[in-house]
Amino acid sequence: MGEQQNWDWEVGERLVTDLAEWKKAFSDVYDEVVSPDGEKMGAIVKGEEGLTCCVNGSAWEQTYEKVYSVKFSPDNRLTAITMADDEWTTVVDGAPWEQTYEYVWNLRFAGRGGAIAVQTKGDDGYGICLDGKAWEAGFLQIRDYVLSPDGRRAACSVQTKELAEGDIFGFLEGGWSVAVDGKPWDRNFLNVWGLAFSADGAKVAAEVRLESTVYSIAVDGKPWDASYGCVWEPCFDPKNGQVLAPVKIESGWILACDGKDLWGRSFGQLWRPVFSPDGSRTAAIVSPSFGRWTMAVEGQAWNATFGDAVTDPVFSPDGRRLAAIVKDKNRWTIGVDGAAWGETFDMVWRPVFTPNAKRVLAKVERNGKFALALDGRVVSGEYDGLYDPVIGPEGDRVLVKALDGGKFYRRVLRLGDL
Amino acid sequence: MATFPEREPVEDIGLDETIKKLTPERIEKTILKVLNEESAARLKVYVNTCVHCGLCSNACHFYNSHDGDVKYAPVSKVKDTLWEMIRKKGRVDGEFIRKASRIAFTECNVCRRCSMYCPFGIDLAYLILTVRRICHLLGVVPQYLQDTVNSHAATLNQMWVKPDEWIDTLQWQEEEQLDEVVGARIPLDREGAEIMYSVIGPEPKFLPQLIGHMDQIMTVAGMSWTVPSLDGWDNSNMAMYSGDFEIMARVERKHYDKALELKVKKIVMGECGHAFRGAAYDGPKWLGWLRPPVPLIHAVEFYYDLIHSGRLKIVKKYEEPITLQDPCNIVRGKGLGNKLRYIMNATCSDFRDVEPRFEHNYCCCAGGGVINCGPPWKTTRVNGNRVKAEQFRATEAKVIVTPCHNCHSGIEDIVSNYKLDMHVKFFCEILVECIEIPESLKV
Ligand code: SF4
Ligand code: SF4
Repeated sequence: MGEQQNWDWEVGERLVTDLAEWKKAFSDVYDEVVSPDGEKMGAIVKGEEGLTCCVNGSAWEQTYEKVYSVKFSPDNRLTAITMADDEWTTVVDGAPWEQTYEYVWNLRFAGRGGAIAVQTKGDDGYGICLDGKAWEAGFLQIRDYVLSPDGRRAACSVQTKELAEGDIFGFLEGGWSVAVDGKPWDRNFLNVWGLAFSADGAKVAAEVRLESTVYSIAVDGKPWDASYGCVWEPCFDPKNGQVLAPVKIESGWILACDGKDLWGRSFGQLWRPVFSPDGSRTAAIVSPSFGRWTMAVEGQAWNATFGDAVTDPVFSPDGRRLAAIVKDKNRWTIGVDGAAWGETFDMVWRPVFTPNAKRVLAKVERNGKFALALDGRVVSGEYDGLYDPVIGPEGDRVLVKALDGGKFYRRVLRLGDL
Repeated sequence: MATFPEREPVEDIGLDETIKKLTPERIEKTILKVLNEESAARLKVYVNTCVHCGLCSNACHFYNSHDGDVKYAPVSKVKDTLWEMIRKKGRVDGEFIRKASRIAFTECNVCRRCSMYCPFGIDLAYLILTVRRICHLLGVVPQYLQDTVNSHAATLNQMWVKPDEWIDTLQWQEEEQLDEVVGARIPLDREGAEIMYSVIGPEPKFLPQLIGHMDQIMTVAGMSWTVPSLDGWDNSNMAMYSGDFEIMARVERKHYDKALELKVKKIVMGECGHAFRGAAYDGPKWLGWLRPPVPLIHAVEFYYDLIHSGRLKIVKKYEEPITLQDPCNIVRGKGLGNKLRYIMNATCSDFRDVEPRFEHNYCCCAGGGVINCGPPWKTTRVNGNRVKAEQFRATEAKVIVTPCHNCHSGIEDIVSNYKLDMHVKFFCEILVECIEIPESLKV
């Protein structure tokens, strides 16, 4: 993880790079990305030799036939998936991983160590390659995967049994499981979805389908005793390792904890349970009545409801406050502790709290331009492009990464000045 | 294999084998659960309101194509299935369930044409879908349709497409288009793009060139767009038609989650009717959304906007005599008939409309999951739509435009069975022939 205290928090502005210069050097520049610390801009560039990546104007040495999925890792390394001579691999800061594959996709990062993982198709089947180390056995097929919070482990939904085309009875016997670090659970299910690691990375939970119409949550391969008509993605309580999941019962959707009703009430819909950082409070996105959406904290729904959607719930660092993206009548804004900001936008991004939980900041879009809004008020200039704002460790500064007239600037502003 | 007298026997393990495992108790319990707990109040209203007048009969292409055989009348299909279950309070046997399943899955496209002819507006398709729900809960679903639903469940797409195959197809189509149009990249997972483009599973599997056409259209029109590289890219939903509403909801939720995650302003979807219905109405409703959380635009509406606004310039007209199919789910369901005719007239010099047309047009007989019941039921489907063949023949057109995948495949079968000497095309195939590629974009 990028250690934010080591970043440059001097108040001021720096021109990091000018894309006009890049465009002189390369015939094509696309998929621009910015490092979390705002020190680098990366992109795919096309030169005479082929495609490669470029960081702050300097291209990687090697070129490729294909480059995609360009991203900066949390510790500011530019990473991409590349193909040359029909061999696919992952390249990190210009250095390719040794192992190559028939195909590579779904690049992810995790953990303080800056773990990098991809999904792979090789001669012996499908698997995961984590920090250059591939799973031993290949699978028939793999779908979604997750990394443990420390980035050391990977879990993936895997197909464990061959299924002939149209074999509807074979399907009912169950041919899917979860593989953790390449080793499948010893039990199969009809389907598995929605994997989650516990905070310590020791356990994995998933939604499982036991029969065609019977669903449950399994932890390390063992389903809960209770089963349901439908379930959504589980998550672990960070303080005690208990598993929470939205489940559907006759009266509606409830938040179940290890098979028991946690909040003692149901909603028309309920998903994405989240915990406060210390694990003491839970919240989830709920629909208290048809077509209305809001947040429920400890089972108590906000009074304000929204017609279109609620997404991205975020607790404040002290766990006392909750913010989320809300959308009503096709306009977006931020809801905080039950009340929506007065202004609405064409789009808003995931809100961030200051460390003292007093203020909420979000990137917003209006008329094709991007700006920062603080507690509901637009406080910055408008930019052609803006990347996720970061509030400094002291909570008094904000890092603004902005693209303006083809130039990428790194600005550190005092929150108090906004 | 037991048969019921009035229909030719058709083998399908999804019906024949599955009924063997049913017990009278399970059947009764399942039917009562659906009738008492799951069905909306309108079910009772419909059942109590119907006066058995038979006015809905002439609406149905099955009935008309079988010269008024009463067993294909909409009301008969409901009477022989759901009413019987209600009358007997769920005490029906496995053989009855097989018969009900056959009728509900293979002899009704849930196209809703009949509702327009019923003096009370009874939604017979809803009643047939209730029968399908019961059949799903009992596990009695035609094999091919069930296999498709299994694919939705396992892969969140309709055709068992693996994640690498999907991205590989996009990259291949991009490469093809880059040879034609400058900058015709298919932007993967571009957060904050204006549009997320989604397709149905059969496109990467069998018709990848359609993705290429859309790439060209987006590029020439200068749109800000993206395509998800991971699950959520498939907007189709056969689970909606098999009665597996839990899987239906899971698929739709993933589709919208992807759009919300990519922070797009809208979803534009390819030319498919049932996918529009699932994503615009049935899926959101089950999940609790009054309307999609991200606006959903069908390709026909999108093409209309591009042509009408001048973002795409039509420089050449398609000259062969051409007609069209009104896909039920976007024309009867959403009223896109005028926009469809606008784009046809804008691009074709000899457009010959069908009769009846707009919301009164006949269903293709492939929709509603019927074509997904697979080869065993092809004859039922093709024989059930002679009227469609007659309708097309009368236009003397050479080409039929079908802005829907089910219509496309179903009408191809009709063309070949009734020897129509016509070709079936998606609208985008016409459009790419007619648009101006600006000099600056020419390779
Ligand atoms: S196919 Fe269409 S017209 Fe015929 S019964 Fe079904 S919904 Fe009604
Ligand atoms: S037209 Fe309406 S009332 Fe008459 S038989 Fe059909 S469904 Fe019943």
